[in-house]
Amino acid sequence: MTEITLDTLKPGDLARITKVRVKGPARRKLFDMGMVAGSEVELVRKAPLGDPIEFQIKGYHLSIRKEEASQIFVQMIE
Amino acid sequence: MENRKIRVALAGNPNVGKTTLFNTITGSRQHVGNWPGVTVEKKTGVRTYRGYEIEITDLPGTYSLTAYSMDEIVARDYIIEEKPDIVIQIVDASNLERNLYLTTQLMELETEMIIALNMCDLALERGDKLYINKMQEILAAPVVQTVASKGIGINELLDRVIEQKHDEKYHGREIGYGDLIESKVLEIEKVLLTDPELIKKYPMRWMSIRLLEGDSNVRAKIEKSAAAEAINELLASIDQEEYEAEIADKRYVAINAIFPQICTRCNVRLTKSDMIDRVLTNKYLGIPIFLALMWGAFELTFAFATPFTDMIERAFVWLAVNVSSGLEPEWLASLLGDGIIGGVGAVLTFVPNIFILFFLLSLLEGSGYLARAAFIMDRLMYKIGMHGKSFIPLLMGFGCNVPAIMATRSIEDEKDRLITLLVVPFVSCGARLPIYILLAGAFFGRQAGTVVFFMYILGIVIAVISAKLLRTTIVKGRPAPFIMEMPPYRVPTLRASVVHMWDNGAMYIKKAGTVILLGVVIIWSLASFPWGIEYGSEESYVGMLGHLFAPLLEPLGFDWRMTVALVFGLVAKEIVVASMGVLYGVGDNPEALTASLVADPSVTALSALSLMVFSLLYMPCVATLGVIKKETGSWKWTAFALAYGVAVAWMMAFLVYQGGRLLGY
Ligand SMILES: Nc1nc2c(ncn2[C@@H]2O[C@H](COP(=O)(O)OP(=O)(O)OP(=O)(O)O)[C@@H](O)[C@H]2O)c(=O)[nH]1
Ligand SMILES: [Mg+2]
Repeated sequence: MTEITLDTLKPGDLARITKVRVKGPARRKLFDMGMVAGSEVELVRKAPLGDPIEFQIKGYHLSIRKEEASQIFVQMIE
Repeated sequence: MENRKIRVALAGNPNVGKTTLFNTITGSRQHVGNWPGVTVEKKTGVRTYRGYEIEITDLPGTYSLTAYSMDEIVARDYIIEEKPDIVIQIVDASNLERNLYLTTQLMELETEMIIALNMCDLALERGDKLYINKMQEILAAPVVQTVASKGIGINELLDRVIEQKHDEKYHGREIGYGDLIESKVLEIEKVLLTDPELIKKYPMRWMSIRLLEGDSNVRAKIEKSAAAEAINELLASIDQEEYEAEIADKRYVAINAIFPQICTRCNVRLTKSDMIDRVLTNKYLGIPIFLALMWGAFELTFAFATPFTDMIERAFVWLAVNVSSGLEPEWLASLLGDGIIGGVGAVLTFVPNIFILFFLLSLLEGSGYLARAAFIMDRLMYKIGMHGKSFIPLLMGFGCNVPAIMATRSIEDEKDRLITLLVVPFVSCGARLPIYILLAGAFFGRQAGTVVFFMYILGIVIAVISAKLLRTTIVKGRPAPFIMEMPPYRVPTLRASVVHMWDNGAMYIKKAGTVILLGVVIIWSLASFPWGIEYGSEESYVGMLGHLFAPLLEPLGFDWRMTVALVFGLVAKEIVVASMGVLYGVGDNPEALTASLVADPSVTALSALSLMVFSLLYMPCVATLGVIKKETGSWKWTAFALAYGVAVAWMMAFLVYQGGRLLGY
């Protein structure tokens, strides 16, 4: 299966995280918020100006910028 | 004798209802709102229950024991360093999975823990099935179901607290991280155990795990220890980033094993909130709706208040005429009429506006829209070098700058926070509103509303430009990543909104009765002496004072009276209006202050506009400067905020006045 990054999903797409490549303090913050390998995420919507992006993860809604999302690798789930 | 005092801390993720619970238990009225990061300071209250004195501390919310922002540091330090007898973790039952992450970390601290499963109403309403007994068994801690906002489950929770107090045995439970990590943890622990000082202060297993994860705060704690060198050596030999990911991963593995046993049918979508968001954060509608909401709030602040302000104004004019006319001696009549009624009355007239303003702001806070505003605006904020989260303090600044500056604590990055904190004072707070209403009302007739709205926009524009300026000069760098939970929408509780409105409105009234009253008496005295001069004339002390500063402010179109008003307005911006009330003495004037202003030839529409611009920008009031000092911990930045404000105000007012003159006004 091909790996894509989180920011390339479309609203309604469901995927599973495979690797988090974000660096710096944001890395652990994302872990704390549930963005760890193995978690399921769904892209809910993008902000009116295209960034940030809102996801559903672990049963709640989290929004992060495209920049961080582009460093999170996922696999699509059907 | 038996010790009947129990120290309890309320910990938990942001926005799970900690403060609501705190308020219900202790009868306090701390600020509650539906967005993560409302509480930024610890607050303590006491509740006597069954003969025990329970001291409860409400903490800021935190997602984990790794602290990123000021408010999280407050929470973590309290739990770790002050060692409460019992930690109550408030868990959002409708968001169990992520909430349990903090639970796994709290368990390692080896403090007695009770779990308050809050928001049970929401969880049950959407059909979750919660297995409380199973949960108690797995987590080895009492679990109490609560609905903090309705006061359900509170007594049971307090009963558990007292039971725990009597239970000598410690009931901890912890999770395992797998052989690889555990062997490393053991290795670190062995080194730590060589320092008896550390053993006394912290749980060793917890400390080892945190060190392995690369927690810089825990690392600082062992800096002075005898074991420091050996630890540093050990840690240098491993790839901490890998361990960091591994450990977080293992925690979620543990949660994934626990979660299905204690809750079934728990992953239902937040459908109602989703429907609302489809409109409010819609690609095309999101921004127009945002602007419409701001405009609407602004309009309502005036529309609802007008009948009340008119009434209050008439009452004061009546008072002035009737009280001072019959009174002897004459100076007393003047003090009461010109000074107190004229000055304080001018400020109190705007109480209704202030009340409505705070009521509307608290509706925004309670609904959950603030988090959406941050979401919608982040892109723009990023462009100007700020953070989406900066938007929340900026909005709160419309009420009062002081809590707005406190609210910057939830911004993780120090530079993002500093910039936000320095530009908040340009946001036009409630205390500045009376100045605009008075002057715009007097000189701009039917355009008054537009002029006042323009002042608000100007404040924001200056804040934005200043942020950009700071970002490109002294506070270089890029805004930190935006990582924010979006809470579900809730119906704001009327109680919370009324309390918020009342507490803030009462503060405004209290200020009128203290600081402003004092200012008014001082201005009145300075206007009445030396003996024999005409009240409030240029020969009085206040006239001299005005003339002293006048050369500085003359290019902006201000006469000596306005100058005096601005000088005293340094203390609190309401004084600008109050001192005009004093100096134009409405006491012997049957018409209101507005009429005296219009009648004065040295005040024109243009100089009034210039005065509004200057008062908006010229400097943070004393209370705001105080909180800037407290939050930055630096006199340098405080002085900067002051000097920068005055400079910007002078330039803008100069532009307005001289520009207007050139255009022939
Ligand atoms: N439905 C429901 N809502 C609740 C309950 N408890 C609190 N709330 C609401 O949840 C929101 C957050 O409450 P707060 O008490 O401010 O939460 P907090 O944990 O102190 O939040 P921070 O200070 O930001 O960490 C408010 O809108 C409350 O009205 C509950 O049991 N049920
Ligand atoms: Mg709180």
